[in-house]
Amino acid sequence: MAVTTGGRGARSPRPEVSGSPDDAPPSGGATKTSRSPAPNRKTTWWARLKRDKFLLLLAVPGVFLVLLFQYVPLIGNIIAFKDYQPYLSIWESPWVGLENFDIIFTGDPAFINALINTLVISFVQIVLVFPIPIALALLLNSLLSEKIKRTVQSILYLPHFMSWVIVVATFQHMLGDAGLYNTWAREHNIFEINLIGEPELFITLITSQVIWKDAGWGTIIFLAAISRVSIELYEAVAIDGGGRMRQLWHVTLPAIRGVIILLLILKLGDVLTVGFEQIYLQQAPVGREASEVLDTYVYNYGVIGGNWGASAAVGLVKGLVGTLLVLGANKIAHLFGERGVYSKW
Amino acid sequence: MTQATQRPNARTSKPGGSDRASQMRLINGAKPPNPVVRGLKGVILLIACAMVVVPFWSVIATSLADPAQVLAEGGYVMWPKEPTLAAYEAIFRGGVVTRATLVSIFVTLVGSGLSVTVVALLAYSLSRPGSFGSSKILLLVLFTMLFNAGMIPNYLLIKELGLIDSYWALILPTLTNAFQIILMRGFFLEVPGEIIDAARIDGAGELRILTTIMVPLSKAVIAVIALFNAVTYWNAFFNAVLYINSTEKWPLQLVLRTYVVDGTAVQADVSGEMVPPQLSLQMAILVVSLVPICLVYPFLQKHFAQGVVIGAVKG
Repeated sequence: MAVTTGGRGARSPRPEVSGSPDDAPPSGGATKTSRSPAPNRKTTWWARLKRDKFLLLLAVPGVFLVLLFQYVPLIGNIIAFKDYQPYLSIWESPWVGLENFDIIFTGDPAFINALINTLVISFVQIVLVFPIPIALALLLNSLLSEKIKRTVQSILYLPHFMSWVIVVATFQHMLGDAGLYNTWAREHNIFEINLIGEPELFITLITSQVIWKDAGWGTIIFLAAISRVSIELYEAVAIDGGGRMRQLWHVTLPAIRGVIILLLILKLGDVLTVGFEQIYLQQAPVGREASEVLDTYVYNYGVIGGNWGASAAVGLVKGLVGTLLVLGANKIAHLFGERGVYSKW
Repeated sequence: MTQATQRPNARTSKPGGSDRASQMRLINGAKPPNPVVRGLKGVILLIACAMVVVPFWSVIATSLADPAQVLAEGGYVMWPKEPTLAAYEAIFRGGVVTRATLVSIFVTLVGSGLSVTVVALLAYSLSRPGSFGSSKILLLVLFTMLFNAGMIPNYLLIKELGLIDSYWALILPTLTNAFQIILMRGFFLEVPGEIIDAARIDGAGELRILTTIMVPLSKAVIAVIALFNAVTYWNAFFNAVLYINSTEKWPLQLVLRTYVVDGTAVQADVSGEMVPPQLSLQMAILVVSLVPICLVYPFLQKHFAQGVVIGAVKG
């Protein structure tokens, strides 16, 4: 058969050399191969291009957009090695070698501050935020009523779909100085919660927002992994006299171990990225020192401050380190016998 | 495992319901759960749900309360005694908020419509086995999952394209999404080849096969991707901060940031005496921005668990 098939094997036999389906032999496929005028190899390239021109036409808008908005900016990173002048184009701006990277290598205080803040926030979130969806999933899984479980899930997933602007506004409405809780607390002489606008509590604030927004949503993947566990395994533990704790320890937890490690790897790879929109929205009241992270630094120093080359350099290094971290974490997972994000090659 | 087929000795039959929860109840039936543990679970889940429901409830209640009550209760209302739509009338009397809502609706509809179209076309083209160049294009798409060029190059690209302060800057950069292309291609691959062959023999071209066979057979996944993208476009905030300069082109999220998060006074175009309190206006803007999401949420919820799991597996 002349048609080279990829992916899912010899399906969909299509006429070898024809622009439109009409002038194809009616049944196409293997039995008619002898009609092909030339041996496969020689004609395929041009013939396949001609045959698939409509398919290729359909792909054009998508491929164009991917190239323009994913690959062209990748090339645009050359401005990290240039002194970008807004009135010149990227190409016309003069090369400056590694000068823009000085900010990283000489340890500019503002940059170091942003780096430390980023790492601290990431660490706090890995320790405090990461386990919550797991605990919540185990809790939901242990519910004996499917109906209650569904209702709770529907409620807890909702905040995930709200934008950060909505979340921040809602938090101010609830916990702000003149917010619902503090107004009520003052009336009843109960302790006030002054979480918003306090530089020392900034990390507490954004961490609680992350938990509020995404802890419920985070359970989905663990619940899915738990739901694939054969019910017979629980039965076996029960028959051997094991109660719910033993079932949890010997069946449920081992079943989600792979997913936990997978997500931890992804999280480690993202250690230099912390909620950009969330932090950007709340920077003004607490100041840069408490709230600047790498992404907001790139924005404030680059787009606002006009230091295009230097901030692009910071962004580029951040991206490269992030990729290396994922690959490294993946390697470590393999060493421990886990599947990791990418399978071994 | 249905009730009808149950036999006393059959290991696989589980009388008393076929869902997992009731099966688990059966397994542990002999040992009833500890009442303290049960109560604790209930309390935890109740608090968790209240933490989500109460804020949204209070936002909606405050936006509906009449001015007198808002002032009397120190600004915050859990139960509007005389619900009024005055705040909504004020913000929709054609000012910044009205315009921003229209901008957001436009960007959301055009963005999600275009993105699902582009994604479907590309996914279909990549789902035909052995078509010219498809494996190379697929690699091109997959590779974008590994990196992100960064804010500065993206900004400069939009600038060089002359899209600063244009609605297209909010729409075009996020039209394609590698994960969605792979997901939809997967669904198209599931369509049996025989159906496509039959259509081709009947003289159908590629576009006809896509519109009359593929799309109807993959309606669910197309709808979910369109809705997901609609939510993303509606919620998009930072692109507008970066690319939109003029106030009259602001989408709703930027207005929300300015008036609710930063607390700038809302200039309601109210000529009469009854100006709703600032807080009611703010909460009304907040409600306007979250209602569309609540409307599509039930449709999303029906399908998203599956989509996320597929996404996680395919990574």
